[in-house]
Amino acid sequence: MLELEARAEPSRLMSWASPLLAVALMLAGGLAVFAALGKDPVEGFRVFFLNPVKDLYALSELLLKATPLMLCAIGLAIGFRANVWNIGAEGQFMLGAVAATGVALYFGDSESALVLPAMVLAGAAGGAAWAAIPALLRTRFNANEILVSLMLVYVAQLFVSWLVFGPWKDPDGFNFPQTRMFAEAATLPMVIEGTRLHFGFAIALAALVAGYAFMNRSHAGFRMRVAGEAVDAARYAGFSATRMIWVGLLLGGAAAGLAGMGEVAGPMGQLTDKVASGYGFAAIIVAFVGRLNAFGILLASLLMALLYIGGEQAQQYLNLPNSISMVFQGMLLFFLLGADVFIHYRLRLRRRGA
Amino acid sequence: MDASLFTSMLFATVVAGTPLIIVALGLLVNEKAGVLNLGAEGMMAMGAVAAFAVTHESGNPWLGVAAGVGAGMAMAAIFGVLALTLMANQVASGLALAIFGVGLAAFVGKPYEAVALQAVPPIRIPFIADLPLIGEALYNQQALVYFSWALFWGLLWFLYRSRAGLVLRAVGESPASAHAIGYPVIRIRYLAVLFGGAMAGVGGAFLSVFYTPMWAEGMVAGRGWIALALVVFATWRPLRVMVGAYLFGGVMITQLFIQGSGLQIDFPSQLLSSLPYWATIVVLVAISRNRNTIRLNSPVSLGKPYRPDA
Repeated sequence: MLELEARAEPSRLMSWASPLLAVALMLAGGLAVFAALGKDPVEGFRVFFLNPVKDLYALSELLLKATPLMLCAIGLAIGFRANVWNIGAEGQFMLGAVAATGVALYFGDSESALVLPAMVLAGAAGGAAWAAIPALLRTRFNANEILVSLMLVYVAQLFVSWLVFGPWKDPDGFNFPQTRMFAEAATLPMVIEGTRLHFGFAIALAALVAGYAFMNRSHAGFRMRVAGEAVDAARYAGFSATRMIWVGLLLGGAAAGLAGMGEVAGPMGQLTDKVASGYGFAAIIVAFVGRLNAFGILLASLLMALLYIGGEQAQQYLNLPNSISMVFQGMLLFFLLGADVFIHYRLRLRRRGA
Repeated sequence: MDASLFTSMLFATVVAGTPLIIVALGLLVNEKAGVLNLGAEGMMAMGAVAAFAVTHESGNPWLGVAAGVGAGMAMAAIFGVLALTLMANQVASGLALAIFGVGLAAFVGKPYEAVALQAVPPIRIPFIADLPLIGEALYNQQALVYFSWALFWGLLWFLYRSRAGLVLRAVGESPASAHAIGYPVIRIRYLAVLFGGAMAGVGGAFLSVFYTPMWAEGMVAGRGWIALALVVFATWRPLRVMVGAYLFGGVMITQLFIQGSGLQIDFPSQLLSSLPYWATIVVLVAISRNRNTIRLNSPVSLGKPYRPDA
């Protein structure tokens, strides 16, 4: 029978190959899903996986979708490396969007060039403030940050609905749950004219570089990595666990808040109750599939964005609900977690009773 | 407060607490065996949609509950393969299950979004249902409410009075010793995980078939996560799970009654609706602030993969 046998040391090859293996398995799984749904698998594959990259405009949409994912994921990765499990990026994203919207609405029709920078700061601060709650409760009262940050997602969602159904509702909006459209000075300029790819993409790339520098080149990043990989060593070296929890959550929250700001000041141009649409949760998958490092996250966010857009395409052309995206995204993470076992173990054939 | 209002609030509190009890007790067994499955939300969502679909097609709510159990167990089995056989990180595997389950449920549930089910009539227990104040609230209830009580008593006996329960707890406290004595640690953990999945499926079925006989994306609304928090809050003890679940049910119902009472309270309904989530945070803080409470009560090997040395 087949048996897992521990490797003498972790396989470097497998730690690179396992995400690729997971992607391949997900594609194969995708074909099987389309076949099971009675759709032509080849046609399904084309619509789902190839349509999103068929021309330049499609590619710009792909980068647009990848923007919030890479921002949220790089922030989460910093915490995850130190075993700080912030899974409330979805809520921090919403609070960043709310704070940025507050600034945009406050300035109204102002044409000041300071509006956007103020919104960027507000977005990061809003997300960080929301993440500060689990950080405080974890460090001060030992409350589990997974559950607290997750509960705050629901609170944030209800808070956003209250705002857009109540005080911030657009008076001329025919009662739709949304704020008024932002003024020109409160919307992000486009990176490429004629597309919807906005300046937030550049911010996200900068965040990836900053995240890389923090994790691989700074002492604080080094301490967090040690804490994640060898708790006892970190304690022996006197690294402050409290500070790591704060850093992990605040950076994660700020990045998610920036992503939220980018959505309201970018493609949406207003705040609605559907602002987050699962980016914060999908970013957890991005962070894992990207191996918690900046370059991996760049690739993984493109892949996950592809799955989002593929879902929209499948809805349009194949008449399938677009939640099929989440099915593929979940499958991807399952396959990755499964494939990862071969980093530390190898398969060996052993005869029964031997 | 007049008597009929008291009775109806008590009735609603019991109903709201029931899915939490069932799911949290399932998770408790899971965690007593040393396995942390954060995927409860996904298992509940799949249980809810499977139960709804089968009830809708067959007209029989009990076939629906069976389907919910099956769906919950199937989801739990995926987690088991990852976390137990392949020894993947339990936190990551559980998160994956939560995301995947919610997505898959939304996907397969799409055709059922605009459909309603017939309400299932409650079961009236003769004589005691005639008790003043509490009779109507406690003994004229859905069958699954009685099931949640039976589950509680059954688990108390199983965990603390039966040999199998002792073995289960031993596996959670010290898998290496349990293995050394000759117990199949991984197999026992699989059974515990499947039980957790089955109960999450029942909890989901309760929501979509009995509580609000309809299916909507996102209808589980964090109850899976609240159930996970309840187990911590209860410091892994069944009685406290019951108390905690009814407290939560009470919080949920109170805010609903305030919203529906027509009392001229100038407080937005969305903010009132966030009360149960704040309540979860508050109780987590209250119970966790003393580090020893958690450390002394949580199963020692909780969340740690175990691989028997061949």
